[in-house]
Amino acid sequence: MQHGKYRFIVGFLAVPLGLYALFVVWPFIQSIYYSFTDWTGLSPEFKMVGFDNYKRMLNDDIFWKSLQHSLLFALVLPIVTISLALFFAFMINVGGRRRRGGPALTGVRGSSFYKIVYFFPQVLSIAIVALLFQFAYNPDSGAINSLLRGIGLDHVQPLWLGDPGLALWCVMAVLVWSTTGFFVVLFSAGMASIPAELYEAALIDGASRATTFFRITLPLLWDTVQSGWVYMGILALGAESFAVVQIMTTGPGGPDYSTTVLVLYVYQKAFRDGQAAYATTIGVALLVVTLAFAAIVMRLGRRERLEF
Amino acid sequence: MGSTAHDREGVGRRELIRRSAALGLVAVPGMGLLSACASSGGGGQSKAKAGKKTAKNPLGVNDTAKMEFVLFDGGFGKEYAQDAVKIYEKDFPKATVKFAATQKIQSTLQPRFNQGNPPDLIDNSGAEQMDMGVLVGKNQLADLTPLLDAPSYDDPSKKVRDTLRPGIVEMGQFDGRPVWILYYAYTVYGVWYSQKALDSLDAEYPKTWDEMLQVCAKAKKKGMAGWTYAGKYPYYIPFSLYPMIGKVGGREVLDAIDNLEPNAWKHPAVKACFEAYYELFKKGYVLKGTPGLDHIQSQTAWAKGEALFIPNGSWVENESANVIPKDFDLAVSAPSGIDGSDKMPFGTIWASGGEPFIVPAKAANPEGGMEQLRIMLSEASSKNFTAKVKSLTAYNGGTSGIELTPGLKSGVAALQLAGSNVVNPRLQDWYVQLEKEKIGVGALGEMMAGRLTPAEAMKKIQGFADEAAKDTSIKHYKHQ
Repeated sequence: MQHGKYRFIVGFLAVPLGLYALFVVWPFIQSIYYSFTDWTGLSPEFKMVGFDNYKRMLNDDIFWKSLQHSLLFALVLPIVTISLALFFAFMINVGGRRRRGGPALTGVRGSSFYKIVYFFPQVLSIAIVALLFQFAYNPDSGAINSLLRGIGLDHVQPLWLGDPGLALWCVMAVLVWSTTGFFVVLFSAGMASIPAELYEAALIDGASRATTFFRITLPLLWDTVQSGWVYMGILALGAESFAVVQIMTTGPGGPDYSTTVLVLYVYQKAFRDGQAAYATTIGVALLVVTLAFAAIVMRLGRRERLEF
Repeated sequence: MGSTAHDREGVGRRELIRRSAALGLVAVPGMGLLSACASSGGGGQSKAKAGKKTAKNPLGVNDTAKMEFVLFDGGFGKEYAQDAVKIYEKDFPKATVKFAATQKIQSTLQPRFNQGNPPDLIDNSGAEQMDMGVLVGKNQLADLTPLLDAPSYDDPSKKVRDTLRPGIVEMGQFDGRPVWILYYAYTVYGVWYSQKALDSLDAEYPKTWDEMLQVCAKAKKKGMAGWTYAGKYPYYIPFSLYPMIGKVGGREVLDAIDNLEPNAWKHPAVKACFEAYYELFKKGYVLKGTPGLDHIQSQTAWAKGEALFIPNGSWVENESANVIPKDFDLAVSAPSGIDGSDKMPFGTIWASGGEPFIVPAKAANPEGGMEQLRIMLSEASSKNFTAKVKSLTAYNGGTSGIELTPGLKSGVAALQLAGSNVVNPRLQDWYVQLEKEKIGVGALGEMMAGRLTPAEAMKKIQGFADEAAKDTSIKHYKHQ
């Protein structure tokens, strides 16, 4: 049956791979090509400038600041989001106490309600989420400061997005809020496929909830966690972080460059300053960072696949 | 052959799916957005043959040629332009006009510039404005001098150029004589306030800074902050700060700043004005929480009477119309000075054009585009604009016979008081990044939030300006 196998595979893959090459690979190649030119993005004329854009990038303070923030996003967001999501998913699915006459394995009381509530933010577009939080962070009449005033903390009225020390964390909090729900659902689905007898055996052995989680749930869920990790990191480096920074922050990117990220800088250079070639150069740097991130996560997370 | 051998050869199905999924994930945030094909530029489009120049048709428009007009559909809406298009169609019944209004100027038009077939008239405005400096530098725009030298629509004995408000023609120039841009709207920048609130404090608009501090102290006693501003977009502060610098130190100081001259920001007038503004913060006259407010939020707080003054432009009347109370009695004033030793008189104000209209160099029917502008600069069209959107136009006049809103009336009065003392700082259209991101967010915002002293802010801004002056990737301009 080996005969014609490759022709068979090629026959099926030609069209999707062709589309992929045209709409994904080709733009990448083009971007790399433009990063060696002085293209403005506003006229068809440009010339090759060699490594000038790259030299400029290495001496660009704003670039380094953006890179720093992007890396922080890629590091902190997945850790926080995935830990939270794992905790919630565990409590919803297996964390409950056994009730008389019920199944051995159950979530906390009201878990089906929580499951829906956690998913709510995922239904809203990220732009709307960013706008909502912009109102909440309003130091004058926003929900958070009003709440602080309401409970008597009149002197604690932070500027939130207006404070360079807080702004980046405010933005991250919004991303955590809006993405956790998706991972709760993803991990819930993963947990549902873990056989119940494993849990029952652990319960009979007298395992605590923490032990159950670390010895059974997490190892058997590892594949899902790992792809969730890559996915979240890419969200943090890419479109989602752009949307919240662009919509919510001072400037955007401020105050005083405290929230600027690589994607925002690409956008500003290409579409505000008419320096598309330099923007593609930063884009290439972003590509390298993203590839490196994916490679590291894949390598660190490699372990034996458990069959069950 | 068994199936085991089968699996060991080549790439297994699982592995294939795994790898392609990983690749796909990586590709998601890619830079595909920049993939517009610059290198595929065509040879451009063929020009329409010019028509005969007559008294009624001084620009020599081909009366059968198609004319395409793309408008920014923003705060001013599109009705005023549609009305002007109707006049064009009446004047040239054989011509067809293709009119489109969009907020996405850049995304719709950038590819067309790259392909060499742009429309004939563009209102290049809004958040997606295409960088003017780059368009000029790459020879993408037509010189509007023929339009300016043509007889005006209303009076054949007067050139279009002579019917415009001060500063409009200069603003359209970048370096040298050609005029690349015609700004259609006319914006008055300054300090905006409620005359009613000021009356209730038993105060007049302060002319010197000591008076300003007194008024703020009075307001504070009544539980009202003196000032607020768009904290998240601190580049609104210059709307009153720059003309104040001009008033205190003279026009040359502002020109030196625009020309990115060394030490321009270390001038004593800059120092005096920065210190004056910083005092507002130090004395607690700035509304609490202001650095975290965006323009709409700060305008709303101000309209609710939480703060007395706000630096802004004449669009605020339209933009905040739904929160400004009926009896607010909106007014604008030129900025207060320091004291009697200021170089320019009280009334020195910043006023300049908004809504930049351009005719692309590679347009098929540039005469048609210019003729459309000539129609818009007639008294009737200008009045129509003012009546509909509560803003002045570049046409000098056109306010008699229509009922003006309080803010507009106050703006006209402020322009009258200013006379020829109208200043026009150019940083915000010449060096957008420098003005907004660096000076605005990076220094002025920080100073007004109390995180930089005036001396530190001046030093930081001078550093930014020196950097911009040395930066070879941006085009540099000088006041003529």
